[in-house]
Amino acid sequence: MTAAITNTPRPAGSPRRRLSAYLRRTPRLRLGILLSAPLAWLGVAYLGALAALFVTAFWSTDVFTGRVVVSWSLDNFATLARDAVYRTITVRTVGVAVIVTLVDAVIAFPMAFAMAKFTSRRTQRLLVIAVMTPLWASYLVKAYAWRSMLSGNGVLHWLLVPVGLDGPGYGLPATVITLSYLWLPYMILPIYAGLDRLPDSLLDASGDLGARSVRTFLSVVLPLALPAVIAGSIFTFSLSLGDYIAVKIVGGTSQLLGNVVYDNIGAANNLPFAATVATVPVVIMLLYLAAARRTGAVDTL
Amino acid sequence: MKNTALLAGLLAAGLVLTACGTTSGNTAATGGGTAFTPPSLPALGKLGAGEGQLSVLAWPGYAENGSNDPKVNWVTPFEQESGCKVNVKPFGTSDEAISLMKTGQYDVVSASGDASLRLIASGDVEPVNTSLVPNYADVFGFLKNQSWNSVAGVAYGIPHGWGANLLTWRSDKVSPAPTSWSALFDPNSKYKGKITAYDSPIYIADAALYLKAHQPGLGIRSPYALDSTQFQAAVDLLKKQRPLVSEYWSDYLKESQSLTSGDAVLGTAWQVTVNVAKTGGAPVESTVPSEGATGWSDTWMVAAKSQHKNCAYLWMNYIISPKVNAQVAEYFGEAPANSKACAQTSDTKHCDTYHAGDSAYASKIAYWTTPISQCLDGRTDVKCEDYGAWTQAWTEIKG
Repeated sequence: MTAAITNTPRPAGSPRRRLSAYLRRTPRLRLGILLSAPLAWLGVAYLGALAALFVTAFWSTDVFTGRVVVSWSLDNFATLARDAVYRTITVRTVGVAVIVTLVDAVIAFPMAFAMAKFTSRRTQRLLVIAVMTPLWASYLVKAYAWRSMLSGNGVLHWLLVPVGLDGPGYGLPATVITLSYLWLPYMILPIYAGLDRLPDSLLDASGDLGARSVRTFLSVVLPLALPAVIAGSIFTFSLSLGDYIAVKIVGGTSQLLGNVVYDNIGAANNLPFAATVATVPVVIMLLYLAAARRTGAVDTL
Repeated sequence: MKNTALLAGLLAAGLVLTACGTTSGNTAATGGGTAFTPPSLPALGKLGAGEGQLSVLAWPGYAENGSNDPKVNWVTPFEQESGCKVNVKPFGTSDEAISLMKTGQYDVVSASGDASLRLIASGDVEPVNTSLVPNYADVFGFLKNQSWNSVAGVAYGIPHGWGANLLTWRSDKVSPAPTSWSALFDPNSKYKGKITAYDSPIYIADAALYLKAHQPGLGIRSPYALDSTQFQAAVDLLKKQRPLVSEYWSDYLKESQSLTSGDAVLGTAWQVTVNVAKTGGAPVESTVPSEGATGWSDTWMVAAKSQHKNCAYLWMNYIISPKVNAQVAEYFGEAPANSKACAQTSDTKHCDTYHAGDSAYASKIAYWTTPISQCLDGRTDVKCEDYGAWTQAWTEIKG
């Protein structure tokens, strides 16, 4: 009786029904409609903005009135290549990003390893929440907290003076410390996810075959976890590469690429040159992603 | 010992030079004002009813609404009086003000001389009908129709107040008290790493002002009119200064915090920064050093694209009314523009301290103005470095 009712074809009268039936028959259209919003966002807001940025980089500004002059020239790129100061800043920025990434990897790996292999499921969940907790607080609050801790009479000074040391003061070391702290969760979580997928049986097998723990770590764990580390490094590297706020708060007189972009927009009102400088991190990041892709790290994201 | 004698000699030479040099720089700046033709825009013809809204772009301390200090609030009384709800956006440098004005979101701006002419030239601000601002009548005569607030006799704004960029120090950590800008440029300074300087290309003028006194051979007349040799000398001086600097500041509250915590003990600051640090309990002192100082003379201007011009005029009249002008002048630490404001200050000596009515003193300050390739000091045989070059050099100085 029930079967008879459900099997009775429904009247295909209402347009809504017909539409849903049509969509069911044409999966490609269905997929297209579902993806149109994110694709439009990607195309217009993201790639469109990048294209506009690149086009603007060839323009110039009238120094006195500050208006953008639409005339095509390579002057901005010439300045960027000619003036040694921009090379110095680029090298400094990449250096900071690399050091932050390394510091984060070194701190994050043991932590993620312990989370993934030596704790119960329940503790794992608690630890993941603990790692993510700092992300709930505002970036600025954390950066200013470091500013007061790194101050000449701040907590670090107070802690280190008894052992004959002193805090680093404001400058590049302070920037590296602050950025490493800020981006650490972005490194821990991918490594944790990578190590969590690593079957315990592999570790046992390695032990059974006579490998000591160091050997197991170097020959089994590290090669399998490396893509996850690289995936994490994409976050820490790119976030550090574009940062200009932390360095403004704790960096003393140092400036990074982000500051040059910011100063050219906010202070010098030279949007075209800001766009030119902004292409530098884009290019560096593209190279980095291309290198990361070869290791297969992008697939683990 | 030898150094002190040399320094004293240089100082004496500097004093003489400053005395005769600054005035020439000032008169020459008048020539800069006519070097361009602004777009022709009409001033407001007659005042109508307020639009109920006003966006104010102001130097910090100029439009206090109680958010920094509940007791310091002259925006709320204006809102009640005029019915214009006020949105205040503070800015840290003139360049920032210009960028923000270009967004078209602001109705009035308090512009210094290094911003006003650029805003006029780009058509971002329009002429001001001073007859619609009754309090304009009481403004000191020597502030009206100057090169930084008018073009060819047309007023583009209402004078607000003026003052100098000061040499500032922590009196408990710096002794003896400095009396010369050389305190900020001495490579062997014992305050190395504790010095703070203003984060804007216009700070190059402070180095030029110092060189004008200490290296007369360079022949600097106005710190805003530098040919390539003079400019390079100023830039080199600042590059040598950088290792001494702990931080460049553009946010006066952050600077005040550095002074309070002792991360900076010596530097350049506004009086308001000093006042805030003092309120916070830090022993901070400030002075106009022997070489003189760079400074500002600010003007309230109306955005050409403003949709709230009636409120803008009401604001301009209100902000320079004797009582409010006095409040702002005392809070920020500057000379008020309104001559009647002097009777309203809570410190009866305020106007004497800041030489408010003293046009001779006012002419000794090298007011911020925008460097252009046509030398502002009247020289026609050389080209001067324009603000674009100043901006690029500033990036290089910070390295």
